[in-house]
Amino acid sequence: MNCHLLKLDACTIRFGGLTAVSNLDFQIKANELVGLIGPNGAGKTTVFNLITGVYQPTEGRIEFDGHSISRLEPYQITSHGIARTFQNIRLFPSLSVFDNVRVAFHLHLLSGVSHAWWRGKAFAQEEKEVSDQVMELLRIFQLENHRDLFAKNLPYGDQRRLEIVRALATRPRMLLLDEPAAGMNATEKLQLMNLIQFVKDKFQISVLLVEHDMQVVMGICQRIAVLDYGIKIAEGSPDQIRSDPKVIEAYLGE
Amino acid sequence: MQHRPKTFLIGALACALGTSFLAPYLNPYYLDVILTVGINIVLAVSLNLVNGYTGQFSLGHAGFMAIGAYASAAFTLFAAPAIFPNANGWVTQAVFFLALLLGGGIAAAAGIVVGAPSLRLKGDYLAIVTLGFGEIIRVLLRNVDSLGGALGLNGIPFYTNLFWVAVWAILTIYVVLALVHSTFGRGFLAVRDDEVAAEAMGINTTRYKIIAFVVSAFFAGIAGGLYGHLKSSIDPKGFDFMRSIEIVVMVILGGMANTRGVILAAILLTLLPEVLRPVAEYRMVIYSLLLIILMLTRPQGLFSFRSNRPSVRTP
Repeated sequence: MNCHLLKLDACTIRFGGLTAVSNLDFQIKANELVGLIGPNGAGKTTVFNLITGVYQPTEGRIEFDGHSISRLEPYQITSHGIARTFQNIRLFPSLSVFDNVRVAFHLHLLSGVSHAWWRGKAFAQEEKEVSDQVMELLRIFQLENHRDLFAKNLPYGDQRRLEIVRALATRPRMLLLDEPAAGMNATEKLQLMNLIQFVKDKFQISVLLVEHDMQVVMGICQRIAVLDYGIKIAEGSPDQIRSDPKVIEAYLGE
Repeated sequence: MQHRPKTFLIGALACALGTSFLAPYLNPYYLDVILTVGINIVLAVSLNLVNGYTGQFSLGHAGFMAIGAYASAAFTLFAAPAIFPNANGWVTQAVFFLALLLGGGIAAAAGIVVGAPSLRLKGDYLAIVTLGFGEIIRVLLRNVDSLGGALGLNGIPFYTNLFWVAVWAILTIYVVLALVHSTFGRGFLAVRDDEVAAEAMGINTTRYKIIAFVVSAFFAGIAGGLYGHLKSSIDPKGFDFMRSIEIVVMVILGGMANTRGVILAAILLTLLPEVLRPVAEYRMVIYSLLLIILMLTRPQGLFSFRSNRPSVRTP
């Protein structure tokens, strides 16, 4: 069976004497919505950073679509088709909403420095195409009315949404969301769940969700993996996880 | 400029050619001040690409300027007479153009040499490394006897005129603006705003920083060449740390990443010491005092008028 889009193979990472993640095997299939949960300090964000290239595994390897990505820089990993959002939103605050998304088209540009100076037909054509595609994306996510606002001036919920739009503009095959529900109220959480489901279906991509909020994770994930002290203690459907004694002991509570 | 950049460029170059015919009618002192203003515009606008748009605090601009000044002066003094004996008229202009390109090219190459290792550093650390680079260049030039040592190079022909200064000032402005007003060029601003997020969007931040550094160094080199052929003599003291600071102040006062503001600041800060000449020894005191007042009252940049638009709240 070779339909795994992302494959972590016996990944271990140590920081000095501390083993943050130990011998982790973990796969995500194409077009699958997977959740990664665990108590504070369990290593969720470390796994996230391993996949996105912020850290490199001490042992083991990470494969994406058959290519090893465990020794690549973050920007190279993005160019392979993995896009991410951040736990504490990291937009480009002094760029407009439009430019935030436009920057992310950078990967698929044909024109570079010399084209920007020469400003020929091909350059104008491409700039127009990019602009149209940015507006299309903004329309899909109802941000088109804010296109000229500074990103820092958007309301919180819109900033979250813009971060997802920006990630999608890199044309990923997999989207990694780092605690997207942090700081949201119940209504916003429901909207977020709909949004994630919508993104997955509309763009036909896999989603890995690292999240604390059980309502969100249980509500939309097809499969959930649970980490505790850097070790995967359980993996399965939301129902299996809910009734797993190890998970209840370590995380969910009686 | 944003919408019809090429029309702007051609129009501006035509204007440069036109105004250059006015030069003979100008008082030589005014002409000298105007040319200095133009050279400072080249310096400030090019540094703004690194310090303003890309957000990398460089203090080594005078170093690149020195490289350009010495390289182009050495070319017109030593190489050109051998290659083009009895040059006159158009040939001297072509020699000067080649000399400037040579100066800019060598400065740009130095930009790669300095940039590649040091651009892994951020903020204060980068500032210190670029500062060190500028000082190294100055000390090296002091100790190379074939380039005049501490005396510098003298008797450089007066090739710099209104036409060349205008052309290079316009080219610098065009190159910087055309670059940042493109989808590719938005990457510079992204690097400035948040490097981690920029990497996550697939932007090779090191490559962007080096492009900014090299383009900026090239024009600093050109400005150095223009300066040398204006003053007729250059020495290492003229490219010290204070020179870099002067250019950085123009960028900050004009408002980082605001080319129009930086141009105005370059004009203002070049004219100010000239206007203050009558008060003699108090000149630099007043100049410094004005800088402090300006920074206190307009920290966002003297010519930065863009305010934050109020956010439209969605219900």
